[in-house]
Amino acid sequence: MSAIESRKLVKEFDGLRAVDEVSFRVEEGEIFGFLGPNGAGKTTTTRMITGVIKPNSGTATIEGIDVVQNPTAAKEKIGIAPEEANAYLDLTARGNMNLAGEIYGVPGSQLRNKVDDLLAAFGLLDRSDSKVKGFSKGMKQRLILAMALINDPGILFLDEPTAGLDVESQRLIKDRIKELNEEGKTIFLTTHDIAEADRLCDRVAVINRGKIAAIDSPERLKTTIKSTQSVLVSFSSKNFQPEDLRVLEGVEEIEKEGDKWRLYGPEPGKIIEEVVNFARDEGGEILSLNTTGPSLEETFTHLTKNQN
Amino acid sequence: MHYPSSLRKSIAIARKDLRVYYGKGPVVIFGILLPFFFFFSFLIGRNMPPLSLISGLGGMAIWFTATSISPVIAPMETRTRTLERLVSMPISVSEMLMGDILASMAVGAVLSTIPISIIGAILNLNLVHFFPLALGIVMASFCFSAIGVLMSALPTDTPSDVMMLALLIKFPVVFVSGVFIPAGNLPGWGRLISRFSPLTYFVKLVRVSFGGTGQLWVNLGILALFAIFSLLLAVFVHKRTLPKRL
Ligand SMILES: Nc1ncnc2c1ncn2[C@@H]1O[C@H](COP(=O)(O)OP(=O)(O)O)[C@@H](O)[C@H]1O
Ligand SMILES: [Mg+2]
Repeated sequence: MSAIESRKLVKEFDGLRAVDEVSFRVEEGEIFGFLGPNGAGKTTTTRMITGVIKPNSGTATIEGIDVVQNPTAAKEKIGIAPEEANAYLDLTARGNMNLAGEIYGVPGSQLRNKVDDLLAAFGLLDRSDSKVKGFSKGMKQRLILAMALINDPGILFLDEPTAGLDVESQRLIKDRIKELNEEGKTIFLTTHDIAEADRLCDRVAVINRGKIAAIDSPERLKTTIKSTQSVLVSFSSKNFQPEDLRVLEGVEEIEKEGDKWRLYGPEPGKIIEEVVNFARDEGGEILSLNTTGPSLEETFTHLTKNQN
Repeated sequence: MHYPSSLRKSIAIARKDLRVYYGKGPVVIFGILLPFFFFFSFLIGRNMPPLSLISGLGGMAIWFTATSISPVIAPMETRTRTLERLVSMPISVSEMLMGDILASMAVGAVLSTIPISIIGAILNLNLVHFFPLALGIVMASFCFSAIGVLMSALPTDTPSDVMMLALLIKFPVVFVSGVFIPAGNLPGWGRLISRFSPLTYFVKLVRVSFGGTGQLWVNLGILALFAIFSLLLAVFVHKRTLPKRL
């Protein structure tokens, strides 16, 4: 039995398909990345799997429990850090934790220790009796994560847990995610950050415009991503022809963009070296030089093409 | 549904509501102080019989305090996105609403018992039926809280939208429920409408409890029916509108 299974989930908003027959399985103990650009349908999918909203069709199971049929039982198995959710600003950190603990049914005798441990793990123990009103964005997010762990769930759903946070909070959260996984928890991690998915995840599903484009190891996805990286260069004096640049080592494809040249290849660093040598040898001056990674949209479009 | 755990969840929600919402300025002013000033300004220059005074004030107090915050919890939680946090946890809509009702009910019961006791003592009235009155206060505050929660089913994230709706309902109800003018003295159409207001039965109950003429258990029974009906309706409507808030 898979820890999480999504079966042809569909969600429409005003006739638009935000999520279009999304299916995948997450095995126990995995960190499963759910990667896609903004608006791809990550949050909508996550909310359906966690029983927050109902799908138009399809279903999902958590440890075999059908989420649509039995949302409360499914929710008892999981911890959720929703993307757009807030703790109560007028309660203290501890007040928020206690509320979650009472709803999950954590026995009163254990609650205090549990809350202390979790607040300490997320660096909030010294602020446990302050109202959340005064917390930074990073602190609020850490509290949301701590609340998600109050029932010691086997499966965690984290929707963009590090987006827009300070570096310190980002690092702490990433470290915790790894630790929690080492303790045996299954983690479903939504992100639009390829590097984050690469660093943390065992497998990654790429979603674009509501459809799964690929499910693969980060390694394989990275290779695809690399081939869409490019160097953008412009020269001052000489008028080069595409043929002149095509011979450069590591360049796989060339495009002219106004007065600039875009050189595609898996290793932009190599290409830069080549371009510098080329300019010196041919007596041309480099006016500008940039490496650009692919936009997520480009990568995902690329992946979608490869699929079909 | 597992009842002890349902109750535990609802109580957790109720405690949260009391901590988060009942200290807020607008709630205290519009929900609690305003109706009292309103009532006393009506009194000035009038010679209200003691039984009318205590039943009117008691009715006014319980109606406004029990509906002071229950209508705005849902829109506030929608706006602050704490609702998303709540529905991510294993709690059903009815458990959540029951929590909101319990909180509002506690406030309504306490804040109506106080003025009823004070006025009763000042006017030196004799409380003939203590237990039925206590039961009536519990049932009426439950019923009115559920009505407040029902109003909050309007799927908006703007508390003032619901406040407006609530005011449009709350004030007319007071006028047809025998708070200022005994229901029996209303014109024919007024008397007809007053039968559909649960507040009418609470006002009568207070009057009878302090020795006035009327039927004790009939009024209690009708209040109970209104309470159950309001609860069921609130849960039914919220189940339909909740998805629009998420
Ligand atoms: N409640 C909603 N009402 C209408 N449209 C929505 C709603 N939630 C999401 N959408 C739309 O669905 C699409 C997917 O959104 P979302 O799942 O939030 O994407 P992601 O999390 O990948 O950024 C977007 O086009 C978004 O505008
Ligand atoms: Mg999202």
